[in-house]
Amino acid sequence: MTKILFACLLACVATLASAQANLEINTPAINNLKKAMTERHAQLGPHYASGAIGIARDGSIALANANAVPLPQRAGVGGLIAAENTDRSALYREIARANGKPEWEAEIRNTFGQRWIEKAQPGWSVQNAAGQWVRK
Amino acid sequence: MNPVHKPRRLLLLAAVSGLLMQGACVTINIYFPAAAAEKAADRIIEEVYNLRRDGAPASAPGSGAPKPAAPAPPK
Repeated sequence: MTKILFACLLACVATLASAQANLEINTPAINNLKKAMTERHAQLGPHYASGAIGIARDGSIALANANAVPLPQRAGVGGLIAAENTDRSALYREIARANGKPEWEAEIRNTFGQRWIEKAQPGWSVQNAAGQWVRK
Repeated sequence: MNPVHKPRRLLLLAAVSGLLMQGACVTINIYFPAAAAEKAADRIIEEVYNLRRDGAPASAPGSGAPKPAAPAPPK
């Protein structure tokens, strides 16, 4: 009987340990998305710095201040934002899937939403808790 | 009291507590691993934001041992 109890305990500890381990983020799909986003960041960077594009709380990016974008560039910026958000959504979905937990997608998105803002540089537009755009 | 009853009750208690523990394990496993997710997010975000300057992968040379000289022709 003690043996069985001990086995139960061991199984419990093993499950806990695996739950605390790292999330799988090294799959071809995730790496491709990461690469595309890293390349796009070169174009997005100046718009973050100008405050035109802001980091939203929901893990996406959005146009925070259209006036900060010269008129001829506005269409291009809209396309950049749309492409980035498509990749970000795919990234959250892929991470959830890579870990065998598609139901985690929303929580992964939430986590990213906080961390994108946390890692944003001073001066970038970020969305505060009230949903307003502020410069970090 | 019948002496047979006592071990049986113990057995039941052990079985019930074992089941409870396993139930707890399943519950824990369903929880979202927030700390791990945050760590994973940071790794990806730092890469995308270009904040990681330390790891210059792949093309870094220097690990190769000196190449052996071409073998001398046998005499």
